[in-house]
Amino acid sequence: MSWLTDALKSSLGRKLIMAITGLFLILFLMGHVLGNLLLFKPDGGQAFNEYARFMTTTPVIQVLSYVTYLSIIIHAIYSILITRKNKEARPIGYAVNKGGENSTWSSRNMGILGTIVLIFLVIHLKSFWYEMRFGILPTVIYPGVGEFKDLYSIVAAAFTQWWYVLLYLVAMFGLGYHLAHGFESAFQTLGLNHKKYTPLIKKIGFGFAIIVPLLFASMPVVMFIQSLA
Amino acid sequence: MDFTLKIWRQKDAGSKGSFNTYSVKDISSDMSFLEMLDELNEDLIKDGESPVHFDHDCREGICGTCSMYINGRAHGPQKAITTCQLHMRSFKDGDTITIEPWRAKPFPVIRDLVVDRSAFDRIIQAGGYVSVSTGGVPDANEIPIPTSIANEAMDAASCIGCGACVAACKNASAMLFVSAKVSHLALLPQGKVEATSRAENMIAQMDKEGFGLCTNTGACSAECPKEISLTHIARMNREYFNAKQTSNNIPDKEEVHEG
Amino acid sequence: MILDSKSPHGPLEEKWSKHIFDAKLVNPANKRKFDVIVVGTGLAGASAAASLAELGYNVKAFCFQDSPRRAHSIAAQGGINAAKNYQNDGDSVFRLFYDTIKGGDYRSRESNVYRLAEVSLNIIDQCVAQGVPFAREYGGLLANRSFGGAQVSRTFYARGQTGQQLLLGAYSALSRQVTNGKVQMFPRTEMLDLVMVDGHARGIITRNLITGKIESHSAHAVLLCTGGYGNVFYLSTNAMGCNTTAAWRAHKHGAFFANPCFTQIHPTCIPVSGDHQSKLTLMSESLRNDGRVWVPKEKGDKRSPKDIPEAERDYFLERRYPSFGNLVPRDVASRNAKYVCDEGRGVGATGLAVYLDFKDAIKRDGKDTIESKYGNLFDMYKQITGENPYETPMRIYPAVHYTMGGLWVDYNLMTTIPGLYSLGECNFSDHGANRLGASALMQGLADGYFVIPYAIGDYLATRSYDKIPTDHPSFKQSEERVRDQISKLLSINGSSTVDQIHRELGKVMWDYCGMSRTAEGLQQARGKIKEIKERFWSDVKVLGTNEELNMSLEKAGRVADFIELGALMIEDALNRKESCGGHFREEYQTEEGEALRDDENHTYVAAWEYQGDESNETLHKEQLEFENVKLTQRSYK
Ligand SMILES: Cc1cc2nc3c(=O)[nH]c(=O)nc-3n(C[C@H](O)[C@H](O)[C@H](O)COP(=O)(O)OP(=O)(O)OC[C@H]3O[C@@H](n4cnc5c(N)ncnc54)[C@H](O)[C@@H]3O)c2cc1C
Ligand code: HEM
Ligand code: SF4
Ligand code: FES
Repeated sequence: MSWLTDALKSSLGRKLIMAITGLFLILFLMGHVLGNLLLFKPDGGQAFNEYARFMTTTPVIQVLSYVTYLSIIIHAIYSILITRKNKEARPIGYAVNKGGENSTWSSRNMGILGTIVLIFLVIHLKSFWYEMRFGILPTVIYPGVGEFKDLYSIVAAAFTQWWYVLLYLVAMFGLGYHLAHGFESAFQTLGLNHKKYTPLIKKIGFGFAIIVPLLFASMPVVMFIQSLA
Repeated sequence: MDFTLKIWRQKDAGSKGSFNTYSVKDISSDMSFLEMLDELNEDLIKDGESPVHFDHDCREGICGTCSMYINGRAHGPQKAITTCQLHMRSFKDGDTITIEPWRAKPFPVIRDLVVDRSAFDRIIQAGGYVSVSTGGVPDANEIPIPTSIANEAMDAASCIGCGACVAACKNASAMLFVSAKVSHLALLPQGKVEATSRAENMIAQMDKEGFGLCTNTGACSAECPKEISLTHIARMNREYFNAKQTSNNIPDKEEVHEG
Repeated sequence: MILDSKSPHGPLEEKWSKHIFDAKLVNPANKRKFDVIVVGTGLAGASAAASLAELGYNVKAFCFQDSPRRAHSIAAQGGINAAKNYQNDGDSVFRLFYDTIKGGDYRSRESNVYRLAEVSLNIIDQCVAQGVPFAREYGGLLANRSFGGAQVSRTFYARGQTGQQLLLGAYSALSRQVTNGKVQMFPRTEMLDLVMVDGHARGIITRNLITGKIESHSAHAVLLCTGGYGNVFYLSTNAMGCNTTAAWRAHKHGAFFANPCFTQIHPTCIPVSGDHQSKLTLMSESLRNDGRVWVPKEKGDKRSPKDIPEAERDYFLERRYPSFGNLVPRDVASRNAKYVCDEGRGVGATGLAVYLDFKDAIKRDGKDTIESKYGNLFDMYKQITGENPYETPMRIYPAVHYTMGGLWVDYNLMTTIPGLYSLGECNFSDHGANRLGASALMQGLADGYFVIPYAIGDYLATRSYDKIPTDHPSFKQSEERVRDQISKLLSINGSSTVDQIHRELGKVMWDYCGMSRTAEGLQQARGKIKEIKERFWSDVKVLGTNEELNMSLEKAGRVADFIELGALMIEDALNRKESCGGHFREEYQTEEGEALRDDENHTYVAAWEYQGDESNETLHKEQLEFENVKLTQRSYK
C-alpha cells in the first residue's frame, strides 16, 4: 500500500484530499440547508423536530454524518498541513506585493475563511448537535406521532440573542467566500476541466456560494426578527 | 523622467540583504526597464559602487532569463510580457519603483536580483522529455496530429521557464511550469507513451524541491508572460491521478516473450 | 600549411554515405572510456551532447546561462528548412543544396552543403519524435511556408518560436542524458581557455560564474558550440551574452578563423531609439511580403508619414528592383536602406530608419487578415516603440544578425587543432558569404545530431584511452594564464566602463565594417581599433573581485576578445577585394551599384592563423572547387 501513502503524501495527493472532503462538505451543506428550511414551516417546529430525529437515528444518515465529521476534521488538518508547507516555500516575503492584481481575494484567504468557518462550527455543534445528542433537551409530544426532543425551541432561543445571530452572519460571509473559490477550485484540482463544462461549474459555484450561505443566514435573521415581534 | 528605485541588494547567497534606494534622472520613456538599470549601473560603476546584478540575456521576451518582482508584480505592471519587454513609458515620472528578486525557497538568491532556478532543470530531468535517441525515428508525417491538438500542445510548450508563476503564487507553487511541460507532451502522440510516469516523476521532483502546493488562485497564469492557461494544471492533475490508479497495475514481470 | 578539407572523393550524392562507411568506429564498449567536452548547449551543443551521450561517451557540457534552455538559439523565430518536399513543389536535396550554395554567393564548400541538405530530412523526423509542436495543416500533416525568398515551401515552423521549440527539444534530450548519468551539466560556467597536450585539444579551463572558481576539465576531445560573434558590433539582434571568447581563445592556440568579415545584416529590425539602446530586436522577414518600404523623396522631410502624399514618397526597393521589389535578399534590402539614410532621407528621430508601410495591404486584404498574419509582430513593435503599426507605418532599420565566419573546420567539423571540433554558428562551414533564412537552425542540428556522432568516432578510434590528469603542467599553465588575465582586468581600475568601450568598438565596426566597406574606411578602422584596445587595457574599470558573481568581469573578458576579433575582421575585409554576400566593398560593384564578385581571384575561404598579434595573422587559403553548380552572378532587377 506504499503507493497509496506516497500518493497521499505528495502535493497532489494532499490536494486531492482537500478537494474530495471539500466537495463532500458541499453536498452535506446542500442537504443541511434544505432540511433546515423546515424551521420556516409555521407549525411550531414539528417538522423540524421530526427531521432532527430522523437525522440522528436513521443508520444510513448516521454513517453519512460520521463521514461528514471525518471530512471536516481531515479537511481542517490537511488545510493546516498545506498552509504550513506553503509558508515554508516562501521564507522571505515581498516588501511590496499586489496579489489583488492577479487573483481573487477569496482565493488568497482560504485559510482565514476556513478558520472562521471552523470556529463557527465548534460553537454551532456545541449548541445544537451536542445538545441534541448528549444534552438534556425538553421534549414535546406531537399527537399521533410521538414524543420528540424539542431542538426547535433551543434553536429559537439561541436566535433571540443578537451576538449569536451576528456570529452566524459573519460565519456565512466566510463560508460564502470560501465557497466562491472552493467550489470551482475543487473541480480544477480533480482535473475536471473542460471547455464546455467549466464555465457552467463556475456559474453554479458562484450561485451556490451566494444562495446557500444566504439561506443559512436567513434563518437566524428571520427568527431573530420574529422573536422581537 | 526621474525615478526613485528601491532595489534589493544582497552580496551573495550567504549574506543578509536589504533595500537600497537610488535615484535615476533623465530617463527616456523609450528605454526598456533593463536599459534603465544599465544606466544606473554605469553610474554606480563610475562612482566605484558595485553594480546591481540581474539576470538577462535575449532582451526580447523569449529566453526566460530576466526575472524581477517590480512594484509587487512578477515582471512588472503589464500583462503578458517579461521584465525585459517592459518599457519606462509604463511608469509615471517621479514614481518610486520597488524591485525585488523572485522569492521562493527553491529559488535561493545568488546575488541582488539573481536567483538560482536550477530546480526547474531538475524537474525537467525527472521526466520532461520523450525517451527517443537520435536516429531511427519514423518519418515526421507518419503520425498526423489534429491542428487543435498541435495548437494546444504549442500553447503549453511556449513556457519560457522564467519562474514568474512561482514568484507570483502566494504558495510559491511551480504547478503552472510543471503542468506546461506535462501537458505539452501528454497531448502529442509522441509523448503519450510515457505520459503518466512523466507526471508522477516530475511532480515527485517538484515536491522534493520544496515548492508550495497549488490552491488554484490563478495568480501564476495571470502573471505568466506567455499566458499559459490553468487548463494545463487540470490536465496534469488528470494524468497524475491516472498514473496513481494505473501504474501499479502491470504485473511485476520482466518481459513477456512469445513464440 | 595546406588546408585539407578532407572532403571525400566521388559523386556528390555518395560522399557522405561513403564517408560514414569509411570512418573508423569506436566499439560500443569502448565509448565509455572516452570523455568529450561540449562547450555551449544551444542547438548545436545540446544536440551533440545528447547524441554523443546516447552513444555511450562521457560528456561534460558547459554553458554560461543558468540553464541550457536559454541559449541564444531560443530567439530564432522564422523556421527551419528541410528538403522534405512535403508540398510537392519540386524541392529536393539537390535544390536545397543548390539554393544554399547560391545564396552563400559561392563561397562555401560543396561537400559540406550537400551533406547539410541531405541530413535536413532526418532533423525534422527527429524533432517531431521529441515532441516539437510544429505547425500543422488541417489534415494533421506538417505545414510549410516559403521563407527568405526561396522558390519552394520548405520551411517548418512552430508559431514564431521555432528556435525555442527546437532548443527545448534538444534540451529535453540533453536532460534525459543528465538523468542517465551520461552528461554532466555545468551551467553558469564559462570556458576561458583551451588546453593542449602534444598538439591535441585535451581540455578546457573554466570559471564558475557564481563562485569565480577557476577549474580544469580534461577530456579526449573538445567541441566548441558557442554560437556567433555578432555582438562585436555592440548592437545586434543577438542575446546580450553572445560572445566569441571560447572560439577566440582556441584561435590563439592555433585554430584558424575563417572568413571573419562575413556578417549578415538583417533589414527588418526595430531601429535604435537612442544612446541607451542595449540590443536590437528583429522582426520577421515575412513582413516584407505585405509591407512596402519607402522614404520621403525630399531630404530632411520631417512631416508625419500620413502627411506625405503618394507622389512625394520614394518606394526605393520597388523602383530599383522592379521584379523582386520589397522581396530582394537581405543584404540588398539592407544596403539600400543605408543608402537612402546616408542621403539624409531617413525617417524618425535619429534619421536612421525607413518606413515599412502596411496601408495598402490593409486596404487590400482588410485589417483582420493582416492581423491574423502579423498580429504578434505588430504587438511586439507596439510594445517596444509605443506606436501602432496599423495606423502609422513601422520604422525599420538593418541590424547585425548572424555571422557566417567562424572557426575553420574540415568535413569532419574538426578545426586545425586535432581533437578540437566546432559546430553550429561557431564554425564557418555551410553558409559561405551569406546565409539563407531558416538555415542556421538546420545547420546547428545537423552538426549536432547527425554529423558529429560519426565524425568524432573517426578521430577517437585512433586515440588512446589514457586520461590526462588536471595537474598536468599544460592545465596548470592555462589556469595561470586565465588567472593572470582576470587579475589584470581587475587591477586596471581606470575610468571607462566595459560597456562604454564595447559601444565604441561597435560603432567603429558598424561604420567601417558594416553594410558597406571601403579600403580607406577599413584602414581608418584599423587604427581606431588599435586605440580602443590600448585604452581598454589601460583605462577599463572593472569593480569587485574574482571570487563572486561579477558580471562586469565576465563582460570585460568578452569585450577584450571582441576587440581582437574586430581587428581581424578588418584585416579580412581588407583582404577580400570583391563584393560577395554579406561583404560589400564599395570599390567592387557593377555600374548599377550591385555587388561584384571576383571569382577568379577570390573563390577561396580565408583562414587566418594567429601569430601573437591579431593584426598580423597569416592568411591561408582553402580553394573552393565547384563541380556541381555553375557560378552565376545574382540579379534581382
Ligand atoms: C533574432 C534571431 C532570429 C533568428 N532566426 C532564425 C531563423 O528563423 N532560422 C534560422 O535558421 N536561424 C535563425 N537565427 C540564427 C540561429 O538562431 C543561430 O545561428 C543558431 O541558433 C545558433 O545556434 P548555436 O547552437 O550555434 O549557438 P547558440 O544557440 O548561440 O549557443 C551558444 C552556446 O554556447 C554557450 N557559450 C558561449 N560562449 C561560451 C563560453 N565561453 N563558455 C561556455 N559556454 C559558452 C552559450 O551558453 C550557449 O549555450 C536567428 C538568429 C537571431 C539572432
Ligand atoms: C462546510 C465547510 C467547508 C466546505 C464546504 C469547504 C469546501 C472547500 C472546498 C471545496 C475547497 C477547495 C478544494 C480544492 O481546491 O481542491 C476548500 C479549500 C480549502 N478549505 Fe475548506 N471547506 C469547508 C470548511 C473548511 C474549514 C473548517 C477549513 C479550515 C480550518 C477549511 C480550509 C480550507 C483551506 C485552507 C482550503 C484551501 C486549500 C486548497 O485549495 O487546497 N475549509 N474548502
Ligand atoms: S508557466 Fe509562464 S510564468 Fe511559469 S515559467 Fe513558464 S512562462 Fe514563466
Ligand atoms: S532577457 Fe530573455 S526573456 Fe527577458
